[in-house]
Amino acid sequence: MSHPSAMRIFLKTIVARAYPRFVAAYRNRAWLITETLLPLVGTIAMIYVYRALHAPARFLGFVVLGGVLLAFWQNVIWAMATQFFWDRGAGNLELFAMAPTSLAAILLGMALGGAYVSLTRAATILLVASVLFGVSYSLSGLLPALGVFVLTISALYCLGMLLASLFLFYQREAWQLADAMQEPIYFLSGFYFPVRSLGAVVGGVGSLIPLTLGLDAIRQLILPGTPQFIPLSVEVLAVVAQIIAYAALSQISLRYLERQARQDARLILRST
Amino acid sequence: MDIAVETRALRRVYRSRNQEVVALDGVDLRVARGQRYGVLGPNGAGKTTMIKILVTLLLPSSGEARVDGLDVVHQFRELRHRIAMVSGGENVGFGMLKVKEQLWMFSQFYGMPSAPSKRRIGELLERLGLSEAADRRVSALSSGMRQKMNLIRGLITNPRILFLDEPTVALDVGAARDVRDEVRRWMAEDPTRTVILTTHYMMEADELCDRVAIVNRGRIVAEGTPAELKQRVQQNAIVDLQLSPGGRLLDALRAVEGVAAASVTEQDGLDRFSLQLSNDAALGGVMRVVEGSGRQIRGVQKREPTLEDAFVKLVGRGMAEEEQA
Ligand SMILES: Nc1ncnc2c1ncn2[C@@H]1O[C@H](COP(=O)(O)OP(=O)(O)O)[C@@H](O)[C@H]1O
Ligand SMILES: [Mg+2]
Repeated sequence: MSHPSAMRIFLKTIVARAYPRFVAAYRNRAWLITETLLPLVGTIAMIYVYRALHAPARFLGFVVLGGVLLAFWQNVIWAMATQFFWDRGAGNLELFAMAPTSLAAILLGMALGGAYVSLTRAATILLVASVLFGVSYSLSGLLPALGVFVLTISALYCLGMLLASLFLFYQREAWQLADAMQEPIYFLSGFYFPVRSLGAVVGGVGSLIPLTLGLDAIRQLILPGTPQFIPLSVEVLAVVAQIIAYAALSQISLRYLERQARQDARLILRST
Repeated sequence: MDIAVETRALRRVYRSRNQEVVALDGVDLRVARGQRYGVLGPNGAGKTTMIKILVTLLLPSSGEARVDGLDVVHQFRELRHRIAMVSGGENVGFGMLKVKEQLWMFSQFYGMPSAPSKRRIGELLERLGLSEAADRRVSALSSGMRQKMNLIRGLITNPRILFLDEPTVALDVGAARDVRDEVRRWMAEDPTRTVILTTHYMMEADELCDRVAIVNRGRIVAEGTPAELKQRVQQNAIVDLQLSPGGRLLDALRAVEGVAAASVTEQDGLDRFSLQLSNDAALGGVMRVVEGSGRQIRGVQKREPTLEDAFVKLVGRGMAEEEQA
């Protein structure tokens, strides 16, 4: 019997799973307030805190860029890693799992569909906060920074897949875990300040999250005067290594944990 | 015989913190290709567990299962191309999508090219009388329309074997009939298709299925065509007694000499006792017990056996009766 190729199914699944997220964002605009306005206000508040502390002007740029990447981290945590938990409750996980597609493609589609919202939010913060507070960037670093940004986001989504596979296992605890992970990671990854100021150990642990290194690299590229944590080229290489490592790990983990879930009845929704 | 589904000594145990539930306890099932095969049993009998194993979502604890010749444990990747499942009362998908969008989305997980997928969705919507709802949001559908949409989802990808888990549960009479009609029509289109359907509605199994397995507590207690199963109670006279409500009577009736089996259901405020009598003389004994109970007789009919009677005889209680621990 002939079937569509695995690659074809993979790509079609990504598009199809992204579709409802895209449509949801389009048909219900309430997120423009919750996902754009509120984070913007948060970033601005943070900037005022730094001003009150008489932090050097370039710190404002740190905060703005931190706010931008935060959008993607939250997308990964709430829209990707914890998603199987909700999908199982709705009975969708069963249908995703029993289709001849891969859960990785489902997750990537979900993330991509959500990236539209994250991008809008990131762009809003970048534009409004930069203009409002007169943050200036080094133009020559802009293009390389964009490249690092794409790499960082890729690594982040691979990490998201790894987390999602764990959430397939942890189910009920998933939500608390995701919630618990949010705050420390803002701190560890240096969302609002350069990693250098955290010291080697904490900075090193934080570096497991692709955002830490990516964000630092982007800051080095477009905010002149950023203290160097590790050399730029090493940071970029490390992010690439993370893409490969997290992609491979997540595939192994998804396979193993899907089998485990079939054994422990965690894919199915209990009706009786 | 070309076999679509076969299980051998299939067993599934659910383990939770402090208890074990044996949901399937050694099931041997053989379903020939081209059949509409019914799995009939009360709630908790293990029907859903069986389906979830056959569609690769759940591993058996022991035993074997093959679907379309493929092992469900090891060859599940290939098998997933060839099957589909629709469950009753399911609420899957995304409420803000339009019906046709949701159906398209699910077809993509099978790698179906978009144009044929959309064409097929159009045809199936038409066939089930849902064309008008194609652009309606999924969240705005009635339960009957929703279930027809779910059935279409199972049909778009043209599965070799379609699994339906209580597909008409909680539907009104009209919607349930439409679903059953579509299953018949879909099967008639191609004699190599197979449907396995679970139900706890006797009528549905009788009317829709070529063969039926009756399951109870994780075991198959009887198997055959609906006619064969009814044959098993043919030697008994089936009598329905409508009585005014009152105290417990079932055990006393079962104890009467010549009463082979008895069950009770409530109907229009009356208790309807169905009795299987192995000899006509038993009716006298039954009447004496009824008189002694002080209940009023509101009706007596002798009738042809149904699958329900077969079930009562095999299992010792009615399908709707609560399990007595
Ligand atoms: N996920 C589960 N965990 C523990 N027990 C379960 C689970 N699913 C079903 N059961 C139990 O297994 C038995 C069979 O259930 P099920 O297969 O759903 O029966 P049916 O579909 O015939 O109603 C029941 O006792 C039910 O409570
Ligand atoms: Mg069930």
